[in-house]
Amino acid sequence: MQSSDLTSSYFELFALPVSFDIDGAVLSERYRELQRAVHPDRFVNAADAERRLSMQLATRVNEGFRTLKDPLARARYLLELKGVALDDTDTRLDGSFLMQQMELRERMDAVKGAAGAEQRLYKLRDDIRTLQRQLVDELSGLFTDGSPQALQQARDASRKLQFFHRLGEELAQLDDELAMS
Amino acid sequence: MALLQISEPGQTAAPHQHKLAAGIDLGTTNSLVATVRSGLAETLPDENGNHLLPSVVRYRLGLPPQVGEEARAALIEDPHNTISSVKRFMGRGLADICKGCSCSEYEFAESAESESTVPRIRTVAGDISPVEASAEILKVLKARAEKTLGGELTGVVITVPAYFDDAQRQATKDAAQLAGLNVLRLLNEPTAAAVAYGLDRNSEGVHVVYDLGGGTFDISILRLNRGVFEVMSTAGNTALGGDDFDRTIAQWLAGQAGLGDDISVRKMRALRAEACRAKEALSDVESVTVSVAVKDGEVWRGELNREQLNALIDPLIQKTLSPCRRALRDAGIELDEIEDVVMVGGSTRSPRIRERVGEFFHCEVLTDIDPDKVVTVGAAIQADVLVGNKPDDEMLLLDVIPLSLGIETMGGLVEKVIPRNATIPCAKAQDFTTFKDGQTALAVHVVQGERELVSDCRSLARFELRGIPPMAAGAARIRVTFQVDADGLLSVTAREQASGVESSVQVKPSYGLSDREIEQMLRDSMAHAEEDVAARNLREMQVEARRAIEAVESALASDAGLLSADERTRLDAALEDLRAQAEGSDHLKIKQAIEALNAASDDFAARRMDAGIQAAMAGHKLEEFS
Repeated sequence: MQSSDLTSSYFELFALPVSFDIDGAVLSERYRELQRAVHPDRFVNAADAERRLSMQLATRVNEGFRTLKDPLARARYLLELKGVALDDTDTRLDGSFLMQQMELRERMDAVKGAAGAEQRLYKLRDDIRTLQRQLVDELSGLFTDGSPQALQQARDASRKLQFFHRLGEELAQLDDELAMS
Repeated sequence: MALLQISEPGQTAAPHQHKLAAGIDLGTTNSLVATVRSGLAETLPDENGNHLLPSVVRYRLGLPPQVGEEARAALIEDPHNTISSVKRFMGRGLADICKGCSCSEYEFAESAESESTVPRIRTVAGDISPVEASAEILKVLKARAEKTLGGELTGVVITVPAYFDDAQRQATKDAAQLAGLNVLRLLNEPTAAAVAYGLDRNSEGVHVVYDLGGGTFDISILRLNRGVFEVMSTAGNTALGGDDFDRTIAQWLAGQAGLGDDISVRKMRALRAEACRAKEALSDVESVTVSVAVKDGEVWRGELNREQLNALIDPLIQKTLSPCRRALRDAGIELDEIEDVVMVGGSTRSPRIRERVGEFFHCEVLTDIDPDKVVTVGAAIQADVLVGNKPDDEMLLLDVIPLSLGIETMGGLVEKVIPRNATIPCAKAQDFTTFKDGQTALAVHVVQGERELVSDCRSLARFELRGIPPMAAGAARIRVTFQVDADGLLSVTAREQASGVESSVQVKPSYGLSDREIEQMLRDSMAHAEEDVAARNLREMQVEARRAIEAVESALASDAGLLSADERTRLDAALEDLRAQAEGSDHLKIKQAIEALNAASDDFAARRMDAGIQAAMAGHKLEEFS
C-alpha cells in the first residue's frame, strides 16, 4: 500500500483512525507535516515527474484536509466510505425540521431594513451555530453506533447540516450587503 | 561503483552550490529587486543608489525604451508615449480599463489584426501591450541584479496582489517570460510581507496583512506555526490604491482652482503630481500650500490641511474595510484572536489609514519595515529557499485562490467549481454530457468571481472539447478537470469517460496573449538584441538539460537505495545519453533525451515521494481501522 496512491482514503493519508470524531489540532499538525513532504515548493528543482506528482499529492492533501476539517464534508465523506448513498435530490425531511428552517428564513428576511439589523443578524448567526453544534454532536453519536440504521439517521442529520450550511452562506451574503449599505 | 565525480569544464560539480536568486516586486508605482546575501535579504540599488525603480516606461522613435526615473520625468511632457501604472492594465480587457477612467490618457489600438483581445497602447514605437511594457521594467531589474551579483539569475520569485485573478497572474508570468526570467513562483504580496515580518519576529498565531499599494488593495489573514505560513483567507480590490487617492485630491484641486471639466491629459498629470506631493507631505505636517497653473501663466495658490485631506480620503479608506470584514468571516476567526496588523505599501504611510485600520481590527499596526520594501524582501527570502540554497529550511507557504472559479451553465448562470480561499494547489473534476444526438463537441466557458451571473464575473477562457465520439444525447460522460497550481494558475484537461478518448482542449484566454503572440514578441525582442533565435533555443535547452540531470543526480545521491539494479542501469543510461546530447548542438535531440530521462525516472519519483510521506507520518501509528 503506497501512501502516494491517489486512491487511498483521506484517513489513511493523514494516518488517522476512520472516525467522525477528529482532534482538530492533530489533524492540522499532520496536514502541515504532509505538506512539508509533498508541497511543490519543495520540488522546484526536481525532475518533471516529481514536480507533477508533488502537485497531485499536495492537491490531494489539501482536499483531504478540507474534507476532514469540516464536519459536514467529513460526515458526507464517511457515509460515502461506508457505502451509504447520498442522494441530494431526495429532500424528504421531518416536518418539525422544515418548520424550524422556515422560521429561521423568516427571521433572516426580516433582518434587512430592520432597526438594529446588525445585532439581529449576529443573534441569528449565533442561534444557527448552536443548532449546528447539536447536529454535529448527534452525528458523532450515530457514527460511533455505526449500525446500518444509525448510518441512515446520520445521512438525514448530514442533510440537515447541509441546510444550515446554505443558510450560513446566505447569511454571509446578507452581512456583505449590510456592510456595503 | 564510481567514487569520483569527474566534471567537464563549465559544468557544475556540486549540485548544492549557492545559486543566484532574486525576489521582484513589480509594483503599480515602483518596482524593486532584492536578494539574500550572507543570510541577509536586502533590496538592490541602481548606480545612483536608488532602490525604487519607478514603474514607468517611455517609448521613443528608433530608440530603445526608457524605464524608471528618466521615463517618469517625461510623464507630463510626453504623456501618450509614457506609460505609468501599467499594472492596472495587466490581464484586463479594454472595457475594464475604461471603467477605471484612465483610458483617456492613452490611445488604445484596435486589436483587429491581433489574435487576442489584449488592449494595446499606441505609441511612436508601435502598439504596446501591457505585458510588453511590464517586461521592460523586469528587464531593468534583471540586469541590475545580475550586475550586482555577478552572474546569471537561476530563478526569481515575482510578487502579485493576492486578489489578482487568473488572467492577471498569467499576464505577469508572460511578462517575466518575455524578460527572459525563470519564474520559480508567483507569490502573493501580503504573504511575502508576512514572510519578511514573520522571520524577523518569530511570532506564532494569527496575523493580518493590510496592503494598500499604488493601484491595488489586498487583505490577507494568516496563521503562523513553526515556519508554516497558512493563509486562511484573502480579499481585496485590484482597482483601488494610492492612485485613486491622488485622483480624488486632484479633482478637489481642479475644483478649487476653478478649472473647467475640459482638462488636458498633460494638465491632469500635473494636477495628480501636485496631489501626490501634498498627500505625502501631509503625513508629516498639518498643512501644505498647493498651487495649480490655471492659464496664461496664471497660478492658483491655496491650502490643504490634514482635516480636509481626511475628509477626501475617508470614503476610499472605507472601501478597503468591507473586504477586511469579508476576509475575517471567511477565515472564521474573531477579532480577539488577531495578534497584529502588518501594514504594507506606500499608501499605508498615511497616518489616517493607520488610525482607521487599527480601530477596525482593535490591535496594534506594525509599520517598522519600510512599507515599500517589505514585499520584495519577503520574495527574496522565498526565492532563496525555492532555489535550494537552504535545504534544511522549515519555511513553507500555503496560499489560497482569491476568487471562486466557475463555469457557465444554462441561462448565463455560474456554477462554482472551486470556491474562493481554497488552499492551492487544488483541483476539481466536473462531469459534462452532450445534449444532442451525435454531438462531437462541447463548449465550456470558465469564469472567475463570486457573482451568480456570468456577465458579472470575469471571463477567463472559453474552450471547446472536440473529438467526442458520436453517441446518443446524454450518453457521453466528459470529465473536465480544473487544476490550480501553486502559482494560482488554472489549467484544464478533459477526457471522455465511456470511450476513454482524451478530448483536445483548446483554451482561448479571454484577455491574455496567445502562445504564438508571446513567441513572436520573443523573436522581435531577440531581433533587437541581435541574438540568434537558434542559438537561444539551444542555450535554453542546455540549461533545461542541466537542470534535469542535476535533479536526477541529487535524487540518486539521497535515495539510490529505492532502485533495483536493473532500474538503476536504465536510469544511468538515460542520464549518460542526455549528458552526451547536451554537448551537441541539436536542441530537438536534447529535448528527446530529456523526455527519455523523465520517462525513465517516473517510478523512482513515485517511490521517493512515497518515502517522503512515510517519513513525515513516521511515528503516527495507524490505530484501529474499521
